[in-house]
Amino acid sequence: MADKKIMVKVDHLKKHFGKLEVIKDLSVEIEEGEVVVLLGPSGSGKSTFLRCLNQLETVSGGTIEIDGKVITDRHVDINKVRENIGMVFQHFNLFNNKNVLQNIMLAPVELKVMNKEEARKRADELLERVGLTDKADVYPAQLSGGQKQRVAIARALAMNPDIMLFDEPTSALDPEMVGEVLAVMKELAADGMTMVVVTHEIGFAREVADRILFMDGGYLVEEGTPDEILNHPKEARTIDFLNKVL
Amino acid sequence: MLSILKSYGVMLVLAMGKTIELCLISLVFAMVIGLIFALCNVAKNRTLNVIGTVYVDAVRGVPLIVLAYFIYFGVPAGIQAAGAADFRLSALQAGVIALSMNCGAYMAEIIRAGIESVDRGQMEAARSLGLTYGMGMRHVVLPQAIKTMIPSIINQFIITLKDTSILSIIGFPELTNVGKTIMGNTFKSLETWAIVGVMYLIVIVSLSKASKRVERRLNVGR
Repeated sequence: MADKKIMVKVDHLKKHFGKLEVIKDLSVEIEEGEVVVLLGPSGSGKSTFLRCLNQLETVSGGTIEIDGKVITDRHVDINKVRENIGMVFQHFNLFNNKNVLQNIMLAPVELKVMNKEEARKRADELLERVGLTDKADVYPAQLSGGQKQRVAIARALAMNPDIMLFDEPTSALDPEMVGEVLAVMKELAADGMTMVVVTHEIGFAREVADRILFMDGGYLVEEGTPDEILNHPKEARTIDFLNKVL
Repeated sequence: MLSILKSYGVMLVLAMGKTIELCLISLVFAMVIGLIFALCNVAKNRTLNVIGTVYVDAVRGVPLIVLAYFIYFGVPAGIQAAGAADFRLSALQAGVIALSMNCGAYMAEIIRAGIESVDRGQMEAARSLGLTYGMGMRHVVLPQAIKTMIPSIINQFIITLKDTSILSIIGFPELTNVGKTIMGNTFKSLETWAIVGVMYLIVIVSLSKASKRVERRLNVGR
């Protein structure tokens, strides 16, 4: 792992909403192909951190480098950067006015990354990968939560991103649908995708993460392998949190 | 009653046509005006927000009849004083401008509310894929907003159709103005205004019925 290239480099990141400081000081590096899981109590700044990585939130201080490019710089074309970073949301956010196929094909075609035939082919591949080939012409309203999230993953993958961000992808799902989404994510991790995942699924973190970051109160409290964090946590706040969720 | 219909029927129907023409042209412009100022209002830019708010407040704060006088008499007088001595606005031009401005302000509020009714996550998902704000609006947010806007737009359409009667005061030959002429000629005010009223009623009731049907069809697809 040591000689792998750095995909994400976050340096002294700060983010506040008005007077509310959500991220106080956070520095972290993520390597290519690494699966990083963010754990922490709600309000600890995990989701905000994730949203800063693709600039859905502008930062208040510090810098973020993605693939060697400082994306917090005002002059950077953020749309170009985002083409390379897929994001999956808690509430899926599928385009309600478009069917499954159109959801997946919109960005690649509109941004002229692919022509219609190429995008169609790519969408078919992705739908097969997430096991929803038969749902191509269906609208989001007719899908179950688990199916929606799998389409959302396919949509994000359509742009062939180098990094995937997951913002509590299973939190809005009925329990019996969590597994199907995690399975797709596991497969993605096995394929070597760089992933940053905010989740409460400790089992997923234990099994799939290369590294766990534990956040609390806007700081990175502790980081390490799943074994280090989940079985041998050092910080009192980590121990306290794990006692509550495990 | 029959004698009025016999002598003035064609004139009344033509005037109804003029009324609908004025209304439709104004509505097209009002949609464009409304969309522009609605986008100003929902933008994340202070200057644009102010422009949007000032327009909507200013136009809604002035009675249509005053706006019509201002545009038909005031504006040409100002431009003539500024040097263009032969500048004129026809009653149709002034009427379309006044109605479009007025209806545009209400339309801006309808469209703004429609855009705001769409979940913010829709735009965020579009942006996260690398799509621009404009692409997100065009392909994702506006198509969803339009569904919720249609009943209000049809309602505004009906209001605008009725508002055309106010433009009789600048001499545009729409239905109400022709009604005045007929009354002046025949002195049969009861019959004349009853006929004019029923004509408005027929057009507007058929419009509301059509709008109910459109609404129902949209809800089925939901």
